[in-house]
Amino acid sequence: MEFLESVFVAPFVEMWNYPAFLAELILVGLSTGVLYSLVALGFVLIFKASGMFNFAQGAMVLFAALTLVGLMEQGLPLWAALILSVAVMVALAFLVERFMLRHLVNQDGLILFMATIGLNYILEGSGQLFWGSDVKRLEVGIPDQPFDLGPILLNTFDITAAGIGAVLVVTLAIFFQKTSMGRALRAVADDHQAALSVGIPLKTIWITVWTIAGIVALVAGIVWGAKAGVQFSLSLIALKALPVLILGGFTSVPGAIIGGLIIGVGEKVAEGFWGPAFGGAIENWFAYMLALVFLVFRPQGLFGEKIIERV
Amino acid sequence: MFYREAGQFKTTYAADQAVFPILQDKIAVLLAVAVAYAVPLFADEYWLQAILIQLLVFALMAIGLNILMGYAGQISLGTGAFAAVGAYACYKLTTNIEGMNIVVAILLSGGVAAAVGVLFGLPSLRIKGFYLAVATLAAQFFILWLFNKVGWFYNDNPSGTITAPPRELFGIAVTGPKATPEARYWLCLTFLVVFAWLAKNLVRGRIGRSWMAIRDMDIAAEIIGIRPLQTKLTAFAISSFYCGVGGALMVFCWLGSAETEAFDLPTVSFPVLFMIIIGGLGSIGGSILGAGFIVLVPIFLTNFPPMIGLEISTALQKHLEEIIFGGLIVFFLIVEPEGIARLWQILREKLRKWPFPY
Amino acid sequence: MSQSTSPTASGRAIGDVIMKVDSVSLSFGGVRALDNVSFEVREHEILAIIGPNGAGKSSMLNCINGFYHPQDGEIYYKGKRRDTAKTYEAAEEGIARTFQNIALFKGMSTLDNIMTGRGLKMKKNLFWQALYYGPALREELEHRAKAEEVIDFLEIEAIRKTPVGRLPYGLQKRVELGRALAAEPDLLLLDEPMAGMNHEEKEDMVRYILDVNDEFGTTIILIEHDMSVVMDISDRVVVLDYGKKLAEGTPDEVKRNQDVIDAYLGVSHD
Repeated sequence: MEFLESVFVAPFVEMWNYPAFLAELILVGLSTGVLYSLVALGFVLIFKASGMFNFAQGAMVLFAALTLVGLMEQGLPLWAALILSVAVMVALAFLVERFMLRHLVNQDGLILFMATIGLNYILEGSGQLFWGSDVKRLEVGIPDQPFDLGPILLNTFDITAAGIGAVLVVTLAIFFQKTSMGRALRAVADDHQAALSVGIPLKTIWITVWTIAGIVALVAGIVWGAKAGVQFSLSLIALKALPVLILGGFTSVPGAIIGGLIIGVGEKVAEGFWGPAFGGAIENWFAYMLALVFLVFRPQGLFGEKIIERV
Repeated sequence: MFYREAGQFKTTYAADQAVFPILQDKIAVLLAVAVAYAVPLFADEYWLQAILIQLLVFALMAIGLNILMGYAGQISLGTGAFAAVGAYACYKLTTNIEGMNIVVAILLSGGVAAAVGVLFGLPSLRIKGFYLAVATLAAQFFILWLFNKVGWFYNDNPSGTITAPPRELFGIAVTGPKATPEARYWLCLTFLVVFAWLAKNLVRGRIGRSWMAIRDMDIAAEIIGIRPLQTKLTAFAISSFYCGVGGALMVFCWLGSAETEAFDLPTVSFPVLFMIIIGGLGSIGGSILGAGFIVLVPIFLTNFPPMIGLEISTALQKHLEEIIFGGLIVFFLIVEPEGIARLWQILREKLRKWPFPY
Repeated sequence: MSQSTSPTASGRAIGDVIMKVDSVSLSFGGVRALDNVSFEVREHEILAIIGPNGAGKSSMLNCINGFYHPQDGEIYYKGKRRDTAKTYEAAEEGIARTFQNIALFKGMSTLDNIMTGRGLKMKKNLFWQALYYGPALREELEHRAKAEEVIDFLEIEAIRKTPVGRLPYGLQKRVELGRALAAEPDLLLLDEPMAGMNHEEKEDMVRYILDVNDEFGTTIILIEHDMSVVMDISDRVVVLDYGKKLAEGTPDEVKRNQDVIDAYLGVSHD
């Protein structure tokens, strides 16, 4: 009885009594949500372009961040390290296309997915091999000042992160809507061999998309790393991106954003108000349970495309 | 010239459908099983404790995951969770019920794991592919959180670990501090041999064909009368049963005691996934080969470099492992998606012609 | 009302109406796949559904199978509603099907694919299957014998252990027919069984279809584009165009129907 009360009554009472706390949780959740969205964006890109769910996206975030920090630790100024890191991600895109994607043309989705799991491990292992596996601090000059907005505590870092996310999203949206690349990408996502046979340069498209995804990963890595330090657990964020994509739809850029925000806010609010009833740490699984519920009732997510099966 | 089928004609369908229709195969497998049972007579304790028992336990889980992913085509990242259910169920059964036979306890734990597997497999009716992977991830995180948080699962032990109580079988200690590695090895080996045989029977019968039909073309399968929900749930149930038994044996015969970390993504779910990819999706024998491979590579990495005079730190070794595993997965998926099992088959086909070129 | 006047192309007497398609309409979003289509199917007959691509022929079969559920109208088979039934119930009612784009289980051999057609008739539960030896094995062998009869009939003994993914197109189509036949159906739905085949292969397929209809009395609904085949072997023909039914009748009647000529057949210029 007490448990039921703590689940269905107490949290709402709490929210009513402490609106400032709720608002704070929402804002913190939004800022985490932006970070999730940034990672999810990379997933959406690759999925849109190749029908492949890139499990290695999280490792790419880690790899990109490690490269940046590693280079800066070697004494390079920020701007040089940034340029070099981008170059590294471009090189990575080339390598992935050359040694992996090219050989898996038109393979089953499951096989592609598992290949990216393999890639994930390769990136994790080599990133830490080159740059070491201890936690690293990342200073890129993002202002990190707490300030008050009325009764609510905010932080310039979070605002900046949100801003970066917004810029990235708008850029990507324009890219997909306005350029011929966008159309070609959708063809590729549908059927690799058919796209090849109508002359769409598969190789170029893949390299382009993976490069963009790599840069998105770098941005995400910078923001995450500046906030929480660059460390191995960064690659586990990839797993969190899955519920984000389920909510938002695998093929939707705005969906990745909204999904990320919902998951970010949902997690924090759930932990803050329902956590005590469950003994805490429900953040670990809340996102997945939410995704599960979505899967049962609306598999294509909020913005994804509905799939009609034909025989 | 030894590996010929010439003269081995099947005159009945029964002979044609035997598990090992080629006589040499049958002999080879029986020999392998005999050797496996004889191993403790000449293997040292380190090998038994650190390597072989682990291999047996993971082979069981690999067979389980292969049934779900390789045969029925349902993606699962929750192997660790189902193994954990088996382990914790076995713990509760043996600590709460006096005198429960250990084999019975393990089988019942498998049953509990099967029930949980069915529960988390329910979404599979409406969702497929990566989406289903998310559902199994939900299971993975939620179940491990549950076993961490709710004290009842570990008998409110302050350290949060579960420890296998001592149990005997036919008067020989098989779990607990008095159990010798040999005894534990033989128990696990027997479980593996029996359940591998049962799995082989299932996959070549009606349910096996139904699983593969759902995997290959689920709509066509439904149109010819295969019921998707029942077929998928059966796959989840049996797969989770195997993982649960593997999990129970993992704690009771290999580790002795464990915490939820032992059933995490990087400790169980991913390694088992790698085992079936490298070993061969849709192959029972491949699951065992894959398990052997994945278990032995780290051992190789630990022991080989010193042999040629190289010193490698543990961290470096771990990173190398990751790169090697990742690389192998990509390699196998490109070159031979059916894994070591298929390579083995190709080898046998070449053996048939040996020493002639064709 | 029985019309057992003219025998089938293979000589068997046609029976009563066993399937009634009544004013069926099917839409996907804004697209009308079927528009108020009605026709009847009589037992033991070979009925052809013809029409240009996109006319709704496969959609009609999918409705009969219960895979698509029409928004309007009803389909009755042996007195029971078909259009609202679950997809897997069609097979339980004795309806078997082949598909336009081959829907074989690529990971399995020919024999295993055909055995899946027998699946509904196999009853032994998991426990016996796990043991294999004993009752489950007896059941396997019993149905293996039946599957081998089908394999004999279709002359595909040589490829029975080959994974179907490796077979040429024509043989795959034959294996798919075998899978459907293995279920010993009362009603066989064939979706372009001869598409992509050369002349000899087509002759073989026609022979199999006629034999099945003749020996077992199986009612056959056939979607086909090859007009000479349709005119030769079907007892009656239904013509669809843009989801609407243009004509229904014997091949001769349909051949002379002006709407059909305009929409599909055209006139031969000698």
